[in-house]
Amino acid sequence: MDSILLILRDYGTLLLVGQYPNGPLGGLAVTLLLSLLGLTLAFPIGVVMALARLSPFRWLRWPAIALVYVARGVPLLMFIFWVYFFVPLLIGRTVTGFTTMVVTLVIYQAAYLSEIVRSGIEGMPKGQAEAARALGLSYIQTMRRVILPQALYNMIPALVSQFVSTIKETSLGYVISVNEVTFAAMQINSSLMTQPFQVYFILAAIYFCLCFSLTQLARFLEGRITSRREGSRQSVVAVVSPSTTTTATAA
Amino acid sequence: MDHRLDFSVLLRGDYPKWILDGVITMFELTLAAWLLAMALGTMLAVARMSNVRIAKIAVAIYVEYHQNVPMLVQVFLWYFGIPALLPLPWQQWINAHNSAFVLAFIAAGLCMAAYVSEGLRGGIRSIPKSQLEAARAIGLSYLQAARLVVVPQALRIALPTLVSYTVLLFKNTSLAMAIGVAELTYATREIESQSFRTVEIYLLSTVIYLGFSMVIMKAGTFLEGRYRIRAR
Repeated sequence: MDSILLILRDYGTLLLVGQYPNGPLGGLAVTLLLSLLGLTLAFPIGVVMALARLSPFRWLRWPAIALVYVARGVPLLMFIFWVYFFVPLLIGRTVTGFTTMVVTLVIYQAAYLSEIVRSGIEGMPKGQAEAARALGLSYIQTMRRVILPQALYNMIPALVSQFVSTIKETSLGYVISVNEVTFAAMQINSSLMTQPFQVYFILAAIYFCLCFSLTQLARFLEGRITSRREGSRQSVVAVVSPSTTTTATAA
Repeated sequence: MDHRLDFSVLLRGDYPKWILDGVITMFELTLAAWLLAMALGTMLAVARMSNVRIAKIAVAIYVEYHQNVPMLVQVFLWYFGIPALLPLPWQQWINAHNSAFVLAFIAAGLCMAAYVSEGLRGGIRSIPKSQLEAARAIGLSYLQAARLVVVPQALRIALPTLVSYTVLLFKNTSLAMAIGVAELTYATREIESQSFRTVEIYLLSTVIYLGFSMVIMKAGTFLEGRYRIRAR
C-alpha cells in the first residue's frame, strides 16, 4: 500500500498530464482528449451512416452495412495498423500517433454509433414520421425536426456507454506509442522495474474510477429518461439502452 | 503509390508457417478463453441470482471491474503484475513455461466471464417469475423447473448476446500480441517488418479475422433459427 502511495507521489502528474507543461501533454489528459475527439467526430458520421442504412437506395445502404460488418468482425488493433500504414501513404506525409489513433477511433466508432442511431430511429413509432410527412414536411425536415431530436434524446444513455468503450479503446494506442495513460504506466514500470503489480494496479484503478462513474451516469440517465417517457405519455418509446446495445465494443 | 499486389511473397520462406501458427494460436486462445468464460460466467450468473447477499456483491464487483477496465490493462496486470506477487521459485517456473499464452487466456477468459454472466442474467431476468412459480405449483422440483422451463427460454433470449460476446472475445485475442504471444496479429507484424509487403500481409490477416468473425455470427444466426420457438 505504501509503495502505491509512493508511486502516486513520484509519478502522479506523469499519469495525469504527462510531461506537461515542460513537455508534451500525455497521460490521462490525452486519453480523455482522444476519446472525446474520437466520439465527437464519429457522431455526425454515425448519424449519416444510420440514415444511409435506413434509406431505400441500395447503393447508400450497402457501403454503410459493409463498414459495420468490418468494424464488428476485425480487431481494433488491425484498424490501428491499417490507419498507421496507409494514412501517411494517402496524404503523402507522416502523421503523429495521436492523429492515427483519432482517425482509427472515428472510423471504428462511427460504425458502432450508426447501429445505435439506427436502433434509436427504428424505436420511434412509425406514426410520427407518417404524420410529419402528411403535414407536408420533407423527408429531411421530418428527420431533423421530428425523428432525430427524440431519437437522439433516447440515445443519450447508450452514447455515454459508448464513451466508456471509447475510453477503453484508447488504451490500444499504446501499441503505436501514443502518449496516453497506459503508455505512461508502461514508462513508469520500466523505470521502476520492481513494482509491476503496483503500477498496473494504479492504472486499472484510474480506468475503473473514470469508466465506472460514467457507467453509473448512463444507468441513471436511462432510468430517468424511461420514467419520464412513461410518465408523460401512453405509448412508451423505447429508450436505447446501453445494456441492449453493448454491441461488443469492449477493448 | 506504385504498388502492385503480389501475394506470392507471402509463400516465401517461413511466412506460411508463421501465418498458420498464428492462426492456430489465435484459435487455441479463443477456445481456451471461451471455455473459461462460459464456465465461470455461468457460475457467476447463478451466484448473482442466488439469495446470498455476499455472493451477489462479490459478483457485482467482479463484473464492474472487468467491464470498466480496458482488457489490455487486465492482460498487463496478469502478465507483468501477478507473477511479481508470487514467491520467487514460482516466478521462475512461470517464466520458464511459456507463460504469456496461459496468462493471456486467463486474462481474456476472466474478462469475458463478466460479460457472459451479464448476458445470461439478462436472459434469466426476462423470464417472468410467475413461470417458475407455476412450474413449482404443478409439482416440478426447483431444479426441474429451472432445467425444463426457465433455462431453455433464457438461453434462447441470451443467445444473440452470447454470440456477439464470442465475436468480441475472438477479436480481443489480438491483444495478446502486446505481451508477445505469437498469434495472428503478432505474426502479421513480424512478416510486415521483414518483407515490407504491408498491403498483402495486412489484407490477408484482415480477411482471416473478418472471415472467422462472419462464421461465428452466421453460426449464431443458424442456432437462433434452429431453436426458435415457432408461434402456434
